[in-house]
Amino acid sequence: MIQFSDITSWIHETLSGLLSPGLTFLAELVLAGVAVLAMVLVFVVIFVYMERKVAGFMQLRYGPNRVGIWGSLQVIADVFKLLLKESFAPDSVDKLLFNLAPYLVLAVSFMALAPISWAPGLQMWDTNIGVLFISAVSSIGVIGILMAGWSSNNKYSLIGAMRSGAQIVSYELSAGLSILAVVAMCGSLSVHDIIQSQADGWWIFKGHLPIIFSFVVYVIASTAECNRAPFDLAEAESELTAGYHTEYSGMGFGIFYLTEYINMLVVAMVASTVFLGGWLPFHIYGFEAFNHVMNFIPSWIWFFGKIFFIIFLIMWFRWTFPRLRIDQLLKLEWKYLLPLSIVNLVIVAFITIMGWHF
Amino acid sequence: MNSKVTTDSLLYYICALNEKVLIMGSVSIIVLLFSALGFAALVLAIGKIFGLSSTNPEKGQPYECGIETKGVTWIQFNVGYYLYSLVFLVFDVEIVFLYPWATVLKEVGMVAFVEILFFTLFLFMGLLYAYKKKALTWM
Repeated sequence: MIQFSDITSWIHETLSGLLSPGLTFLAELVLAGVAVLAMVLVFVVIFVYMERKVAGFMQLRYGPNRVGIWGSLQVIADVFKLLLKESFAPDSVDKLLFNLAPYLVLAVSFMALAPISWAPGLQMWDTNIGVLFISAVSSIGVIGILMAGWSSNNKYSLIGAMRSGAQIVSYELSAGLSILAVVAMCGSLSVHDIIQSQADGWWIFKGHLPIIFSFVVYVIASTAECNRAPFDLAEAESELTAGYHTEYSGMGFGIFYLTEYINMLVVAMVASTVFLGGWLPFHIYGFEAFNHVMNFIPSWIWFFGKIFFIIFLIMWFRWTFPRLRIDQLLKLEWKYLLPLSIVNLVIVAFITIMGWHF
Repeated sequence: MNSKVTTDSLLYYICALNEKVLIMGSVSIIVLLFSALGFAALVLAIGKIFGLSSTNPEKGQPYECGIETKGVTWIQFNVGYYLYSLVFLVFDVEIVFLYPWATVLKEVGMVAFVEILFFTLFLFMGLLYAYKKKALTWM
């Protein structure tokens, strides 16, 4: 079976045969950048289509169904429409910050992809602080949102940005604590090591109830960090028009939209890497025949399947729960999730010390 | 990794992982940074070049449901958000302290657990203090 690592090593050998080492390195950098960009864009197009279809079916309607088969080209058409729209800035905005904010949010959400392990041997940066890096970098995004909201000189934008800031920083705590639970059990921050430690069972199965609790907390917190419903106060369209990106139009808005989906992709990747075994297949200990069948399924299908599962979960929330109020939102985090996560971490530490996990 | 399970079906994955790792290293951050910036610049430039544009006096006003905006936007803001970010700062620093602890927990053993018990106790007391002072209640 062809692995992704075969393809990358083939590219490396071909390029080394053609070019000098320095040029090879440069060419590989460009190729990697283009590859990640293309991958992410394809993912986002699928997510947007999926979002609209899921929303449609949950409300007993069809969703997009005119452009292409089952409306599959609707998103492409929307992208072209957005590309040709004027990206306009009102007179009263702070020009520098207003124009800088889309670049910042997009760059930050891209950088969080660096330590992700996509498939066996296909990882851009195998660092020993992988998980910390992802959570650190992805939290810079809130600065971009605050920049966009403040510089717009619009009251809706300002309120949306402030809400978003309070929400993202609050929920980061419980997201970090729930990842820490797995880090404590596994003993490493490296994405590579965390995946390897799950070769005999995903953490959600090995870690008893505390890790299942961490997984639930992580999904809730990451939904809030992505400003997704029911935590979409930052862009609550019935009260704030579009929140922090009210004044953005054309592709300026498109970049914020894109970033929202890339952030969803990143949190889905982290959740599936940390709790659901990354690209590792589902194994039942001692059931060899079943395990071999599972191994036959390629690792990228496992990884992408888990990502789509988490994304579907997040979309499901959106059509299940009504939007929270800001005081309810902060109460949920500070009075329930944070204390419970801290207690949970202590329990996890105790289980790890006693060696009670599998 | 736990050595409890030694199924050879697993070895396939582990070998694939160890042999053919093609790592770019930390330069990948810069690659991703520039691909993101380049992409953003490209799509915004496409909009600038191919998009149609017309201006009129009303277009430059901030969007507010059709009525003219009143007063300035850049004013002093509700202190509630500020209080939350202060409490956040304290807790985030403490969580950063927890990261190195979590990585060495298995090696250090019971000592690390007892120490973190006290650490989280103080953390909890801080949270209770903030609770008591109504810093966690929305105003």
